[in-house]
Amino acid sequence: MARMLPKKDVVIMGLGWTGSVLGEQLTAAGLNVVAIERGPWRDTATDFNVGYMQDELRYAIRKDLFLSPSIEAMTMRNSLAQTALPMRDYGSFLPGHGVGGAGVHWNGHTWRFWESDFQIKTHLTQRYGAAKLKNLQLQDWGPTWSEIEPSFDKFEYLCGVSGKAGNLKGQTQPGGNPFESARSREYPNPPMRMPYASTLFGEKMKEMGYHPFPLPSSNMSQSYVNSLGVRMGECSYCGFCERFACGNYSKASAQTTILPVLVRRPNFELRTECEVLKVNLTPDGKMARSVTYIDQNGVEFEQPGDLVILCGYALMNVRMMLLSKIGPQYDPMSGKGTVGRNYCYQTSAGARLLFEDKHFNPFIGAGSLGMTIDDFNGDAFDHSKLDFVGGAGISCTVTNGRPISNRPTAPGTPRWGAKWKQATKDGYQNAMGFGSEGSSYPVRENYLDLDPTYRDRHGRPLLRITFDFPDNDVAMSHYISDQLEKMTKPFNAKYSGVSRLKKGWDSVPYQTTHNTGGAIMGLDPSTSALNKYLQSWDVPNVFVIGASAFAHNAGMNPTGTVGALAYWAAEAITTKYIHAPGALVHA
Amino acid sequence: MRKFLLAAALTLLSSASYAADIEAGKYQGVLGDCRGCHGKDLGGGVALMTPFGKLVTPNITSDKDTGIGNYSAEDFRQAMKAGIAPGGKLLYPAMPYPSYARMPDADIAALWDYLKTVKPVKNAVEVNQLHFPFNLRFMMRGWNVLFFKPTPYADTAGKGAAWNRGAYLVNGPGHCAACHTPKNFFGADKGTALTGASLQGWYAPDLTGDKQAGLGTWSANDIVEYLGTGRNDHSIASGPMAEAVENSTAQMTASDLNAIAVYLKDMPASRGNGGGATGVEAQLRAGRSLYDINCAACHGRDGKGNVLFPALAGNANVRQVRADTVVRMVLAGGQAVATPKAPTGPGMPSLGWKLSDSQAADILTYVRNNWGNLAPAVSAETVGRIRSELHSGS
Repeated sequence: MARMLPKKDVVIMGLGWTGSVLGEQLTAAGLNVVAIERGPWRDTATDFNVGYMQDELRYAIRKDLFLSPSIEAMTMRNSLAQTALPMRDYGSFLPGHGVGGAGVHWNGHTWRFWESDFQIKTHLTQRYGAAKLKNLQLQDWGPTWSEIEPSFDKFEYLCGVSGKAGNLKGQTQPGGNPFESARSREYPNPPMRMPYASTLFGEKMKEMGYHPFPLPSSNMSQSYVNSLGVRMGECSYCGFCERFACGNYSKASAQTTILPVLVRRPNFELRTECEVLKVNLTPDGKMARSVTYIDQNGVEFEQPGDLVILCGYALMNVRMMLLSKIGPQYDPMSGKGTVGRNYCYQTSAGARLLFEDKHFNPFIGAGSLGMTIDDFNGDAFDHSKLDFVGGAGISCTVTNGRPISNRPTAPGTPRWGAKWKQATKDGYQNAMGFGSEGSSYPVRENYLDLDPTYRDRHGRPLLRITFDFPDNDVAMSHYISDQLEKMTKPFNAKYSGVSRLKKGWDSVPYQTTHNTGGAIMGLDPSTSALNKYLQSWDVPNVFVIGASAFAHNAGMNPTGTVGALAYWAAEAITTKYIHAPGALVHA
Repeated sequence: MRKFLLAAALTLLSSASYAADIEAGKYQGVLGDCRGCHGKDLGGGVALMTPFGKLVTPNITSDKDTGIGNYSAEDFRQAMKAGIAPGGKLLYPAMPYPSYARMPDADIAALWDYLKTVKPVKNAVEVNQLHFPFNLRFMMRGWNVLFFKPTPYADTAGKGAAWNRGAYLVNGPGHCAACHTPKNFFGADKGTALTGASLQGWYAPDLTGDKQAGLGTWSANDIVEYLGTGRNDHSIASGPMAEAVENSTAQMTASDLNAIAVYLKDMPASRGNGGGATGVEAQLRAGRSLYDINCAACHGRDGKGNVLFPALAGNANVRQVRADTVVRMVLAGGQAVATPKAPTGPGMPSLGWKLSDSQAADILTYVRNNWGNLAPAVSAETVGRIRSELHSGS
């Protein structure tokens, strides 16, 4: 029997990026907020000590900061005909754990999805006709660009994003991304200083007639005081971003941008190492009453609240909705139901180049350091003669020269021994690459539900992922690989190779921690779990924040859009919901 | 009816003025930094490590059994200004009654009114845990005869109002001397006021106008910013000063902070820190390399820091005659203060586990003698002593 606790205005599950943004915004509005976080408290100087943070074995290989499958595992399969099996270790993607969530170990790529993403169905139908979207479940997200743009701006000024605007209020800016949607002001910080490989990439792309620009980065190009008065230090280009936490306060995270302010607010409370088991609904299932959680001693508590906000990782949010019966389970056979619908991933490919006489100095790296072209992203290019929609951003980033994983060699090199040693020595200064971050569009048979067989340590069903790369995305990715092939030519490298996506998503090799959808926002309660304010259509005092709300995934990293959606939902709660609790959109 | 309204208005009036008194008394508590020693809830129990043993601060809430709920206003005044508790019990001068003696009776009375409104806390404290013979309170009688000269604050002619207010705050309720003035054999202030002193494993820096060890290179605005926010371009508060900023100076009015700055900026330079290290070329060479590897990512190779991390070039904490504070920061790390105006509170990680005594000494000797800093060398023995003190928890 759970111990009943005094009621709070707001109960937040998870204190990562979105939980922190919501916590800050709602406490600023005067609400009493408690955040319940499954993992431990983590802070920069105490947990990300610069003296040992660069331990590649501990953090990058043994994945010290990530969620362990012993805490929560998932099952996966490629198609409805298969029986899903549990992933015994996280590989293809690596969810975060603890305060700060995946925002602790991210690289800092901070993109804005485009206006054409928020209106994707309308946009593509108008340009190419409905037949073009045949097997895709693309749908509009809800907000207009002028509605959502200020939320992107808020997140960028919170993070101190380093970049160069390409479209200021409709005016194309030299040096920026000409394909981005209009932004109301310049980035808060200038672009990062580019390493040689990225500079070279930018030059070659310009020669080919493309439009290179510095990748927008939440690594600090200079020290910064953010919109909450929190200070960050200049990035030292140490090359320990992704899979690591930043010991130098130079990468935006909840720790470096929000928590110093939030944790000192008297109307905020944080309970760490407490795992939410379920959201409890009223007997008619129409309102959330409370959440039940279990602390590290195995004691169960029931925390009532007027508002319950799910701020876990995208996949965890969906699972919590299914476990709590917040909205109907999506059924891929009938297409009915909403929770679990439109699960998407990311569709990537890459080019690798080896030279003989370069000094790329890959140890001068940062998570979000590079040049990008968006000439083949989204709908920046004409698809009318192509057999797919979507596209990819193509970037040359220099993230690290770490000794265990960064050992580029030419094909045919032995995997061990003296020849391998010589090849890694030759390759270290002579390798560069560029890669595509491709869109992932929803199809009927890619979805999330609860596994019928496997359960977690508390006896709850695991989440089941049913996913394979759709034909549309494979065609898109092959087209992008063709472009990558052409792009390698002007470099005159000794060796160059381009990867090609194959059908049959494999959960073992790392690909990307960009799992999206499953609790998507939209305009129609029969095809979306959430309304355009990320409020559950079915249980209106539940909001579900994160990439789980993406109706599709675009050809760029999701965090910038996740942050924007967090501010967007927070604004809806503080300006609309608290004055008139209830459904903000009537279907 | 009319009478009733009048009476109600009078009640309102008097409760409003009572509230103003409480606020005034609360502000006296800010100036006196009561919470720095008696804890956030004023329930006491905070251990003060003195050269004579451990003193644990008493409960000063109005709890009748364990606090000072049985005090009269006069009892409180006697304790604050004469160091005498009810029953003639002599207080130890860790309670800065020699400074509080400069406060006007009206301010003490306002503070007493405020303390009566603070939520009572039940917390029985055994205050006196000093070593023999210092645990004998009657010995304080002799101390008082020798060192306690209670004098109300009087303005110094020829100085402006701000200077005089600053002098009062620094030497009166603010009791800056408690930490920053060197102590004699008996733990009493020596003549050289505010020239820096060791306490509890830290070194409270020189506050005089000396350009190396003191605040000679700080502007008055630098002082105001530091006390008001916990940081400025030269330094960031941590350790005991972080508590003083959080509980006291960050809550002071702008005009009081300005007064303190005017007074401190007028202090003549101390005799300095003894000058730069000589004959330590090997230490400087080793220190430079170790600094670049271990420290430069945050503090910069030029020692200038940035908006988050304090500069080491020109940082007075770096240039004190004794290096205790910086040795401690390198070995154990530290957390800077967070205030509403500077909420970040960055942390310095502990590096003691990876640096040997001589490596830490080399780094600090380099930092203390580079970018314009000139301060005595740090020896491996000094680092070793502080390391063992940290390990023993003192």
